[in-house]
Amino acid sequence: MSTDNFNQYTTEEFEAATRAVLGNIKVTVEPNFGELGVVCDRSDIVSICKILKQDTDISMEYLRSISVVDWVEHMEVVYHLSSIRHMNRIVIKVVVPIEDLKIDSVITVWSGADWHEREGHDLFGVEFVGHPDMSPLILYEGFEGFPGRKSFEIPVQETFYGD
Amino acid sequence: METKATVIRDENSETAELRINMGPQHPATHGVFRMVLTLDGERVVTVEPHIGYLHRGSEKLTEGENFQQITTLFDRLDYISNFNNEWVYVRAVERAMEVEIPERAEFIRIILGELNRIASHFLFYGTYGLDIGAMNPVMIGFRERERIQALFEGVSGARMMHNYFRVGGVKEDLPEGFVPAVYALLEHLKKGYEDARDILTESEIFIERTAGIGALDPEKTLDYGVTGPVLRAAGVDYDIRKADPYSMYSDIDFSVPLGSHGDCYDRYMVRMLEIEQSIKIIEQCVKKLPDGPIQGKVSRILRPPEGDFFVHGENPRGDLGVYLVSSGGTVRPYRLKIRGPSFSNLMALKSMMEGAYLADSTVILGSLDIVLGEVDR
Amino acid sequence: MSITDYILIFSIVFVMFNGILVSVLAVIYGERKVLARLQQRIGPSRTGPWGILQTLADAVKLVLKEDIRPQNSDRIIFYLAPLIIFTPIFMLWVVLPFGSGLVLGDIDLGLFYVSALLGLSVVGMVAAGWSSNSKYAMLGSARSAAQLISYELPLILSILSVGLFAQLFTDNPFNLSNIVHAQSGLPFIFVMPLAFILFLIGGLAETARIPFDIPHADEEIVGGAFVEYSGIRWGAFQLSEYTGLITMAFLASILFLGGWSGPFSDKFVWLQPFYISMKTGFIILLAFWIRAPLPRLRIDQLMAFAWKVIIPISFANFILVSLVVFMGDRINLPIYQIQLILGCLNLVSMIALGYLITARRKKRLAVYRERWGEK
Repeated sequence: MSTDNFNQYTTEEFEAATRAVLGNIKVTVEPNFGELGVVCDRSDIVSICKILKQDTDISMEYLRSISVVDWVEHMEVVYHLSSIRHMNRIVIKVVVPIEDLKIDSVITVWSGADWHEREGHDLFGVEFVGHPDMSPLILYEGFEGFPGRKSFEIPVQETFYGD
Repeated sequence: METKATVIRDENSETAELRINMGPQHPATHGVFRMVLTLDGERVVTVEPHIGYLHRGSEKLTEGENFQQITTLFDRLDYISNFNNEWVYVRAVERAMEVEIPERAEFIRIILGELNRIASHFLFYGTYGLDIGAMNPVMIGFRERERIQALFEGVSGARMMHNYFRVGGVKEDLPEGFVPAVYALLEHLKKGYEDARDILTESEIFIERTAGIGALDPEKTLDYGVTGPVLRAAGVDYDIRKADPYSMYSDIDFSVPLGSHGDCYDRYMVRMLEIEQSIKIIEQCVKKLPDGPIQGKVSRILRPPEGDFFVHGENPRGDLGVYLVSSGGTVRPYRLKIRGPSFSNLMALKSMMEGAYLADSTVILGSLDIVLGEVDR
Repeated sequence: MSITDYILIFSIVFVMFNGILVSVLAVIYGERKVLARLQQRIGPSRTGPWGILQTLADAVKLVLKEDIRPQNSDRIIFYLAPLIIFTPIFMLWVVLPFGSGLVLGDIDLGLFYVSALLGLSVVGMVAAGWSSNSKYAMLGSARSAAQLISYELPLILSILSVGLFAQLFTDNPFNLSNIVHAQSGLPFIFVMPLAFILFLIGGLAETARIPFDIPHADEEIVGGAFVEYSGIRWGAFQLSEYTGLITMAFLASILFLGGWSGPFSDKFVWLQPFYISMKTGFIILLAFWIRAPLPRLRIDQLMAFAWKVIIPISFANFILVSLVVFMGDRINLPIYQIQLILGCLNLVSMIALGYLITARRKKRLAVYRERWGEK
């Protein structure tokens, strides 16, 4: 039987270590569908990322991706981190209110956050404060609207399930 | 090897920097990719990459299609290695719905995925040789790729965009005579690989054009999120098939080639040696291929439960990740984010190219082996 | 000179011009077929029997294309540049002998004439690139000017060493027919193989063939100096490039391979053009052979190769030849002994160079061996 469908990427020790290292920052740490989920405030994101990257037991050197999910009343910026040394994974979810779509950029922690943030800005309109260059990456200059949002309508494919 | 020339500048003479546009249409940029280079003589001072010419809105389109239809979108992401893309997506849905996959389907997936890896690396070999100026590699690379695609046509009906993997297994069983055909193909591939290796690997001109060019140290490589052969050429041992095994990879015996210097020559060698290793994997899988069903137990209409899942797989270009957000019980995903390996690999281009010669810029870009389909999605 | 002389000369020139153009078409077809076979494929095979009409079809296609001129380009020079490149190469053919006495202009300073005209191609390339008013073209023409100027030196030095050696045989050593007569005993390639190799390398670089084809590197500066030309104007550049190849091969066979002489060439005069065509064809085949597997060198590696390796060797060869000829003449040695000495010295130097090159190659390949082991 194949090994990966039910892989768990976090253990209880890892959870405890993460809680310990994050100390007194206001976070919620609990398993999230196989990975360790961290929910935090948007003002703490850069300090959390710095701690998680530099601590040698956790050492999240590899930022897998930064995604933006549009939940209509608010948006969620999701950071997927991974550690090459210890094979652990962390998901950081940050809620960003829709009236004030700003969050600090983590480009100072990982240089690889650069284009992910630009893409998030292009498609959803989230502004990453501190990013050196927010010009459109995937869309052309002068594009009106934010295609990633739910408010941007696209046609839905009809499905025929046959008999 | 870099030549150390001292530049004598006369203070009274003014030199201006030249801005050159290697535009979206260019034979060497591997797709619609635009670089604006600022040159000082023959040296590149800055490079500004511009992407987005192939943006098709794949992520948004998935919100309008149901889970079976999305497989076709994933075929077209990295249009050179179709099976590997489909595989990662299908695994994401299987993880969400906790589907068990029969062994025969797993082995079929591995065989097809590794064959696609060989095909992709042969294409890299051909186009990289062409970037350097040799014409023979293209002929050999595409000849071997055509053989593999003929086999794919027998399996799935199409040379490229296959739409063959399904949630729970594969679409239909392999055609008759598949196993002897694979053995014959492997013989051809071994011979083609040796031909290919002999032309460029020890060629003095090739070594001079690629050794020492575009080197990145491991720390920086990981910082940019670079994965795949580029990362392994820098010396970091991270191959998802070994580090985080999926499918039946933990039962298969193969090794992961690692480079030491992280320059273009090492990246080329890593990909060449990966072809060898893939041939080894396929041989073992074909021997072990069991009989049995090819589809696991899964309902006809796919409705994953609520949750968000991140699944990644080892594509020929790196680490393709799929982040699936499902709002529970719907036939369409709520959000599907695709993490393309070439997107992150391309971010490292700036630090590699600044200070290099103009003639090296195509060599460095070619060694990254990007495919614009997954950069722009 | 009377009117009939003029008419005769004009008709000979006309025939020769057309003959050269037809042979260029044949050489282009030959290159595609030979390269194809070396790459295990067939090459042109559909247009006409065995695809021989392929180049003609390409030329017709080029004629039918739209003639585009960039708006800000310098009109006069843009239109003149193909002519500037074209003309010197055709002017060269006036002095090249096809047989004994079968030469249009039997000039005593034939070799000087050849060297002078070979240097004019630089002007044409620079004119084409500069007048296009495009950055890619400028880059291309700057690179090609650098390359062409650097590789002219070894070319001319090897030509001069042939002329020096021919002095032993005749009073007018720069007359090309006399050089061919001088090789009736032993073709010069056996006496001066090093000079032959230097001539080949210089010739390949002057006509911008792989591995020296940075001036029109398709992959970086798409077309180089000719990127803005379309249709038959671009076709004119291709024509001049292949004419240059044929000219170099012809010159090589005259200077080193014995020209039109061969077995029974004295008795059957019609065999002489046949022999020289064979030898030219052989050298062209050599050029194709070199092109097939090799990648191209980068511009700075090319220049380093020229100035640090080829030019010192060609100077050394020149000095060697002149010393031997001078001393031999002084001591009044019989000619065959001079040939012997020169041949042996050349052999020794080539073996020494061979050792140096393999040692350097081992150092290069150490990159592969030390990183990846014996695989």
